[in-house]
Amino acid sequence: MKEDILLEVKNLKTHFITSKGTAKAVDGLDFVLKKGETLGIVGESGCGKSITSLSILRLIPSPPGKIVDGQILLHGKDLVEMSDQEIRKIRGNQISMIFQEPMTSLNPVIPVGEQIAEALRLHQKLSRKQAWEKAVEMIRLVGIPAPEKRAKQEPYQLSGGMRQRVMIAMALACTPEVLIADEPTTALDVTIQAQILELMKDLQRKIGMGIIFITHDLGVVAEMCDKVAVMYAGQIVEYQTTANLFKTPLHPYTQGLIGSLPKLYEDQEELQIIEGTVPSPYDYPTGCRFADRCPFVQDLCRNQQPEIIHVEDSQQVRCWKYTDQWKEELVKEEVIL
Amino acid sequence: MTKSIAIEEATELVSIRRKLRKEKRQLFFRTIGQNKAAVVGGFIILFYLSLTILAPVLAPFDPFEIELEDKLQGPSTEHWMGTDDKGRDILSRILYGSRLSLAVGFSSVLFGAFFGILLGLIAGYYGKWVDTIISRSLDVMLAFPGILLALAIISALGPSLINVTIAVGVFSIPLFARIVRGSTMEVKNLEYIDAIRTLGANDFIIIFRHIFPNILSPIIVQGSLRLATAILSAAGLSFLGLGAQPPSPEWGAMLSSGRDFLFTAPYMAIFPGIMISVLVLGFNLFGDGLRDALDPRMKK
Repeated sequence: MKEDILLEVKNLKTHFITSKGTAKAVDGLDFVLKKGETLGIVGESGCGKSITSLSILRLIPSPPGKIVDGQILLHGKDLVEMSDQEIRKIRGNQISMIFQEPMTSLNPVIPVGEQIAEALRLHQKLSRKQAWEKAVEMIRLVGIPAPEKRAKQEPYQLSGGMRQRVMIAMALACTPEVLIADEPTTALDVTIQAQILELMKDLQRKIGMGIIFITHDLGVVAEMCDKVAVMYAGQIVEYQTTANLFKTPLHPYTQGLIGSLPKLYEDQEELQIIEGTVPSPYDYPTGCRFADRCPFVQDLCRNQQPEIIHVEDSQQVRCWKYTDQWKEELVKEEVIL
Repeated sequence: MTKSIAIEEATELVSIRRKLRKEKRQLFFRTIGQNKAAVVGGFIILFYLSLTILAPVLAPFDPFEIELEDKLQGPSTEHWMGTDDKGRDILSRILYGSRLSLAVGFSSVLFGAFFGILLGLIAGYYGKWVDTIISRSLDVMLAFPGILLALAIISALGPSLINVTIAVGVFSIPLFARIVRGSTMEVKNLEYIDAIRTLGANDFIIIFRHIFPNILSPIIVQGSLRLATAILSAAGLSFLGLGAQPPSPEWGAMLSSGRDFLFTAPYMAIFPGIMISVLVLGFNLFGDGLRDALDPRMKK
């Protein structure tokens, strides 16, 4: 069981130290990624999703960014402690990443085949010709027709969907164990989205990698992920299996998110919204970070930050509602009334 | 059935794309072609290049052969551009001199471009204190007028054509470095640089394989404009007696020796002068046209 764990993130804190103060972009993150598993990280813009992925690859622009605390363990080895040279051997080889914007993520002046070949040659001792042949093979693997021809073309000659396929080919060229996908389908139209997701699932089955899937699209989460971590203001507020998340969302924020989705079989005049805005990362409240927007808020929530609580074995939530203190609080209130 | 349709569609797509690529290339030539001045500039440069190559064939006389009885003859059917104070055929000297001018121009620009690009890439990519040190040093160099800096360098190294090349090259460095630094700073923040970094590329690969090819256009434009200045400066330094020494048919040096006979034999100075001005004009016109064609932002 323990051997299956690929990547373990423990109490990760990535802060940005600027003249305006310290922005706690990621503030105490814990999660585990197992072999062949897909973990979704969901949350609204600015909640720290992308910073998390960049932290794992140690690509936080520094300064001002810095991993101030925590561990990122790949097979038990801490990436945070590694030298630049060591981490470079991990990037692309054991952990790869694909980006949101396929239109700008490829070098515009280099033929795509050569870009894939280069990704291969960064980590494997291959001759130019071998690398090229393998690149063409990768292009075939990601389902682009006429790979020999396509390999010689430059990015502007390819459509958005094809470019994202090329990005995937580049990321998977060295068969990494972990793939971080940072909103890989947001820039694509819906039919191409479905194709790309299908391709990723298919390749995951073939290569057996673990995927960290970063998105704000709950539909994509339902399609792709085994487990989901919901992030809010730099922290995970809920962490459970996808099926359970949609059936019994625990955190008021998750409930709000799922509630705000349009429903197919109900007549709705207006979609639900979550009132209020996200607190500034420069100045988080002392209590629960969602307190100001929470419909169930109590004094307890405003005074003290909740810890992650295990509700059932696989369900974790950062909310006072599921604690004994909460019940006491309610009893107290009734007494006062 | 459906498969064959799909293949047909795919081949059709490929041919469309190929057409697009061809069109892009055609667009470049058309933009350049529409710019009449650039075409003229291009032809001037081609003309000079062919003179350089064909000099031994075209030159009617030996450019170094002194025929004192023929000295200071005006233009005639035998000596199209006349002869100088030592009886050498000016046309032949000019033809051979074009080699010197172009060689000095190109090699000084290459020299300046090489170091300028290197410094610009390093300053732009690493930023912070590296950038501060490089940029401030370049500012110091830019603070001197080019010719003055070149004079200083030559007085340290001694007058010769090679030292002129180095001097002119050195004062081209900051111009290239500044342009490259700016473009590098722009390109290094683009997503594809992040993408290649996530794949494990080191700084060397990122700088030379991914940033450099993307900033070539402004370098090419600057290079062609810089050639004009370099040729002019080299001729100017030779004119001052700091570059090519007398028997050499360098245009600036010829101009300088013609100075003494300006009233009696003006053609001795006029023809080398025309050659220099036209060549410089050619590079300037071509460089401007190139900038319009390669850099869409400069277009009105």
